[in-house]
Amino acid sequence: MTTVSLTVNGQSVTKDIDPRTLLVQLLREHLRLTGTHVGCDTSQCGACVVHVNGVSVKSCTMLAAQCEGAFVTTIEGIAEGGRLHPMQEAFREHHGLQCGYCTPGMIMSAIDIVNRKGTALDEATVRHELEGNICRCTGYHNIVKAVIAGAEAMGGGMRQAAE
Amino acid sequence: MAVTSIGARVARKEDHRFITGKGQYVDDINRPGQAHAVFVRSPHAAATIKRIDISAARKMPGVVGVLTGEDLAADKIGGLICGWMIHSKDGSPMKAGAHPALAQGKVRYVGDHVAVVIAETLLQAKDAAEAVVVDYAVEKPVVDVASALAKGAPAVHAEAPDNRVFSWHLGDKAATDAAFARAKHVTSLDIVNNRLIPNAMEPRAAVGDYDSGNDAFTLYTTSQNPHVARLVLSAFIGVAPEHKLRVIAPDVGGGFGSKIFIYAEETVCVWAAKKVGRPVKWTSDRTEAFLSDAHGRDHVTKAELAMDENGRILALRASTKANLGAYLSTFASSVPTYLYAPLLSGQYDIPAIYAEVDGVYTHTAPVDAYRGAGRPEATFVVERLVEVAARQLGQDPAKFRARNYIRNFPHQTPVIMAYDAGDYHASLKKALELADYKGFARRKRESARRGKLRGIGFSSYIEACGIAPSAAVGSLGAGVGLWESAEVRVNPIGTVEVLTGSHSHGQGHETTFAQLVSDRLGIPIENVSIVHGDTDKVQMGMGTYGSRSGAVGMSAIAKALDKVIAKGRKVAAHVLEAAEGDIEFKDGKFTVAGTDRSAGFGDIALQAYIAHKFNGQELEPGLKEGAFYDPTNFTFPAGVHICELEVDPQTGDVRIEKWTAVDDFGVIINPLIVEGQVHGGIAQGVGQALHEGAVYDPVTGQLVTASYMDYRMPRAEDLPSFVVDTTVTPCPSNPLGIKGCGEAGAIAAPAAVVNALTDAVGHEDVPMPATPQALWRACQKAPRLMAAE
Repeated sequence: MTTVSLTVNGQSVTKDIDPRTLLVQLLREHLRLTGTHVGCDTSQCGACVVHVNGVSVKSCTMLAAQCEGAFVTTIEGIAEGGRLHPMQEAFREHHGLQCGYCTPGMIMSAIDIVNRKGTALDEATVRHELEGNICRCTGYHNIVKAVIAGAEAMGGGMRQAAE
Repeated sequence: MAVTSIGARVARKEDHRFITGKGQYVDDINRPGQAHAVFVRSPHAAATIKRIDISAARKMPGVVGVLTGEDLAADKIGGLICGWMIHSKDGSPMKAGAHPALAQGKVRYVGDHVAVVIAETLLQAKDAAEAVVVDYAVEKPVVDVASALAKGAPAVHAEAPDNRVFSWHLGDKAATDAAFARAKHVTSLDIVNNRLIPNAMEPRAAVGDYDSGNDAFTLYTTSQNPHVARLVLSAFIGVAPEHKLRVIAPDVGGGFGSKIFIYAEETVCVWAAKKVGRPVKWTSDRTEAFLSDAHGRDHVTKAELAMDENGRILALRASTKANLGAYLSTFASSVPTYLYAPLLSGQYDIPAIYAEVDGVYTHTAPVDAYRGAGRPEATFVVERLVEVAARQLGQDPAKFRARNYIRNFPHQTPVIMAYDAGDYHASLKKALELADYKGFARRKRESARRGKLRGIGFSSYIEACGIAPSAAVGSLGAGVGLWESAEVRVNPIGTVEVLTGSHSHGQGHETTFAQLVSDRLGIPIENVSIVHGDTDKVQMGMGTYGSRSGAVGMSAIAKALDKVIAKGRKVAAHVLEAAEGDIEFKDGKFTVAGTDRSAGFGDIALQAYIAHKFNGQELEPGLKEGAFYDPTNFTFPAGVHICELEVDPQTGDVRIEKWTAVDDFGVIINPLIVEGQVHGGIAQGVGQALHEGAVYDPVTGQLVTASYMDYRMPRAEDLPSFVVDTTVTPCPSNPLGIKGCGEAGAIAAPAAVVNALTDAVGHEDVPMPATPQALWRACQKAPRLMAAE
């Protein structure tokens, strides 16, 4: 066993874990944060995307032990004070989800795309950047709309915050 | 208040839990004392099991139990079943071999279930599974229909010595042959409909739980139809009687058909829970899903179309070999027969049709319904034939279609179906306009200047949905009725719970069904909750597949709502002191006709429960009504999809430039959700045409495409945004006018893509999936000479 201490969604956590425990297992099984999903065994589908120190990571590809001292954010941690994150709101408004299984990973990836590419996204950029996230339900049409709208809303939000 | 009535684009009520990570899927459920199951699977496609040695595995750390087919047999647990009887041409019943949940003597495909190891932790179970020693005598497999039907091929099951499960046919052979004999032109095609693996993003999972105090089982499972699962597990497999078995299908992450079926793993988990005295959990990993989820399609067909001198279709003939895999899955036999051949008339007035279908065993995963189930295969046959016929006759493919469309309804086809309503010319006209068909020649020239090959392809599909009238499907061999049930429970304060036998695994029932209730009862949509997926709450139901939840499931709700309103009028008559015949119900209010005396729906609900204003012996207190709705006909959604694309002859790369879909789904409850269904269906159809294909090694029977590294799922960048529109002819066969929309895209899309690709490259020799390699090869072949031969 090994001990890992990290911050998950703003809360300090220390857990004794089997050294081979993956980050996604730590989140789902030890912390019961089941919003992060597992959809494949090969780091292809992106259902498990979370943010580690502000950057998107496929949590099935990272050992929990590698997260010592890290700040991890999951789908459960992006709404603030009962207010949905603009990207969550955009997915709902634009029907960017059907079965909901890929959705947490999609939303976490989408926020990361905005962080890297800015708030004015075009369709081609969004489609290219979603390469690591597979959805079987939506044909991506409404996901792309949602990401563009969510990015715009994030821009508006940030401007307000700066004012 | 936002508009939430029928026809409004209401954002989904269920989304809040999904976007906040609060969905509750089966793998999110853990029971106290739970142990974990890992299946020992056959590494061979065909082998006799000489011996299974579990002694080492039993001694591994944390192991709770190791169970094999012998244990199942000792407990008299029956085999998995196929619920649809097909009779061959000669009248003999299909030849089905046994399908034990854990192998008994033989394994028949890579991934077949040999034993289950149950341990305290998943990793311990995995380690112990490695320690199970199985001595196999490996045999030669057959993985495709041609090898399976070859003389001297090994038999997958002794019951079907030549691997033919059935040799079935439909239609009038003599009339069809006569039409071909007098035809002026015949178009012939050899068609392979590629094998697909469904790949819902949530892998299958199960938690079996046994309560020894009450001798009762609970199974949490990724199911599209928990009541059917309970019925099969009780009545056929014999795990427990229905009143001692609760099946819960909570949030389910997509199904596309693959979660209809009653599989080995779920069966074993619920049985083993009692056997080992612990809740037993199994979650499929993705490789297991590739190996053991029921696959789809896999047809080899010779098809012909006969025409007169004017290009009027006279007859259609098809001979299909359908790969059914190593065992008959739950509805496997119905898919290439009654869900396929009755659709071979397409949207066309075809006087004579004859189809023969051989269902064939192979050493591959079982094949069953996958989004569209038989109807995509039929549409591909019809729409490829029609397209090629138009090209060979030198006619415009749109005009050729229009000339042969059915014009008058109802229309009886020569293959069972009676189409009730449609306007195929209207959909085509709208689609041609939206696709700017007139401007295509100009765009093709512009592409050519850039060295690209542009093509356009049509698909005028039809499907039979809203399955189905129970007596009708019973006469065709179905083992169940295909009605749906609903119960409307009105609470004393006027909020409403609707219990439905339909199951939502992405379709948004919690919103659309609530829209219907809100619309009919005149109450806010927030006051309605939809309950589904638990056999302890919903009494009975047939589940969600075949685009039936709107046409059948909502019709049941509508019927129950009518009863609620009728009872409400009786209560209102007492409350408002008027004759029942004078009570009108509109916009959520019961009113005495011609007066201003009225009471709101909530007030009447409360009065129904407190029962002070009427005699409780004459009128029962309470407000709760149920209904079973059995449809009167299939429904017939139809439409036109147009794919325009560009092929790079240097690389074989293809880019879909524009997708136009015009569908007639009848009355639409929520356009936002319906459009989403169309988008997703198109993506799956494009996946079949361009990317996806299951590949088994012909020598070893190994599944070569068993991960997302090898099986190419469509990604965002592979697809355009779609132009989606509708025409509406209400369905006359159900009270809501709904036809169904869930499968349309997957049915229409493959033919539209391949028709566009063959248009681009100038000949018909383009396989599915048309990967860059396949397309590059196609580009090396000379285009056909001028069309009119």
